[in-house]
Formats: sequence, C-alpha cells, structure tokens
Amino acid sequence: MSTQLWIVVAGCAVVTALIKGLGPAVLGGRPLPPWSAGVIGLLAPALLAALVVTSVLADGQRLAVGAKTAGVALAGIVLVRGGSVLTGVVVAVVTTAGLRALG
Amino acid sequence: MRAAADATSGAELAPRESFRAGMRAGLPFAAVGFIFSLSFGVLAREVGFSALGAIVMSAVVHAGSAQFAAISILAGGGGAVAATTAAALMNSRFLPMSASVAPSLPGGWLRRATQGQAVVDPSWAMARRAGGSFDRHFLFGATAVQYVAFVSGTAAGALGANVIGDIQALGLDAVYPAFFLTLLLAELRDRRARLVALAGGLIAVALVPFTPAGIPVLAASVVAFAGLARSRRTAA
Repeated sequence: MSTQLWIVVAGCAVVTALIKGLGPAVLGGRPLPPWSAGVIGLLAPALLAALVVTSVLADGQRLAVGAKTAGVALAGIVLVRGGSVLTGVVVAVVTTAGLRALG
Repeated sequence: MRAAADATSGAELAPRESFRAGMRAGLPFAAVGFIFSLSFGVLAREVGFSALGAIVMSAVVHAGSAQFAAISILAGGGGAVAATTAAALMNSRFLPMSASVAPSLPGGWLRRATQGQAVVDPSWAMARRAGGSFDRHFLFGATAVQYVAFVSGTAAGALGANVIGDIQALGLDAVYPAFFLTLLLAELRDRRARLVALAGGLIAVALVPFTPAGIPVLAASVVAFAGLARSRRTAA
C-alpha cells in the first residue's frame, strides 16, 4: 500500500479525534446553559435527516434518484409499520439489488 | 469505580448496568455496522488499500461515512489532503454532537476528550437522557459493541473482497442510509422534531450541488436552534 494511503489513514484518524475531542476538552466540567437542552434535543433529527437524504439522493455533487432511493424509501415504510432495524436494512438491500438486476 | 459524578446527571442505573444496557441497545446497530464496514473493506481494496491498511483505518478512525468520503475522493483521483479534508467535513457533525455530551463527561480536559471519542451517531442518539444530559456508560457500551463489529466487518470485507464481489450489485450501499433512517425515525417523537427533520433534510439537499460532501449535513444542524424557541414546552 502506498505511503499516500497511509497518510490518509493517519490524517483521518487525527482529524476525527480532534473533532470529537474538541467540544469535551473545551466545554466540559461545567453545565451547559439551560437553553441548550432544546437545541441538543433537535440536533439529532436535523443531522440524521440530512445524513439520510444526502446518502440517498447525492451522487457526488449531483442529485440523483435511483435504485437505492427506492430501496431505502421502501425500508422506511417497513420501519414506520414497526419493522426492526435489521428487517429495514434487509428490505433496503434486497430492493436496491433487485432493481439494479432488473435495470 | 467512582460514580460520584453521575449523581448530578440523575443516572438511575449503576455504571456497569448502564454499560451493559448500552451494549444490548448497540447490538442491532453493530450487526448493521458489520455489513456497512464490510462494504468499506471491499471498496478500500479497490482503491489500492492493503487488507491491513483498511483494517487499521477502521480501527483508528471508526467513522464509516468519513472513511467512505475519503476513499471516494481517492477513487476519483484526489490526493491525500483532499481525501482527509472530505473525511473531516463528513465528520464535522461530531463537533456539535460531542460538544453536547461534554457536560456529562467527568475528569480533566484530556480525559474528557478521550471519552468524547466514543461519540458515534447511534450511541449518541440513544444515550441522551431527559434535560439534555447523556448517560456516558451507556454511550461507551453501545459504542464498544459497534466498534468490535465495525473492525471485524472491515476485516471480512478486506480479506474476502474477491469472494464478495460487486458491492453495488449486491445493494450493500443501501445499508448505510437505511441504518440512519432507523435512527431518524426514532427521533421523530413530536411535531417539532418532524419539522426540524424536514427543514434539515431540505437544507442538506439544497446545498448538495454547491458544497463539498459533508457541508450539507453540518449546515442542517443550524435548524436545531429552533429549540431555542418555546423550549419550555417540551420539558420532558
């Protein structure tokens, strides 16, 4: 494996550790102000929704609807109707693979 | 084990019980993470990683979306700096996430920063308790099982790349979004959370054509400041 790839491994390890460690290192030891609870509670839906839509609709910097979009949408229906995490993932994978095999 | 620091966070469970509860809650995500990291292992081999290199990367980075971002840049002919930057941008969401955990972590700055490494999306979402505090032992337990599965999955993918074949044809690239969708649905408890999710999703989609990967997700965190308004209404 090339030196360049090992540099990427080391670089990713360092930036990830810094990003995850910065907040706790700087802000820790004292309580956050009361207003922050509401913001923290809403961070998850905001970030997770963004992660889902970008991973389903973004192809690099292009927006595209494809087999994966359909597969994950179907998984969403299964999950809303009470399916487990694993069921949802299996539905997404099988649908996506099936549509690609047909297309 | 000194649990004095937990007294303020109103933890109902002893540290060990919390850790175990976290491990149990993390198991389904560990299973999904195994498949997810397996696909990472296969793709990493395709862009020139050795099996050892792929495994080491998962062991020292443990951030699937960032690792995918990095190798997709490399696959497109980008250099080490571009790949690392893409990973950093993809991980930028961990800035607000780990900052939100900060008050729940005891010890000096270095110890807190070390504990902050346990923040991964599912564990963070599940370890949150009423009032914005976090059960850190639950967080550690949930992340521990996911870490083991993530590194094992990478090993399986990297070592078995020839057997596994085409990740896209197998639909394994749908694992990651489906995984985050399960986490998202668990968050949509009330109308405000649904509106914030909708707004966050729209902002992210709108930014995709104009910004590098990762930025749309970070930008979506801004809508969480809707929590400043009427935050007293959702005391629970």
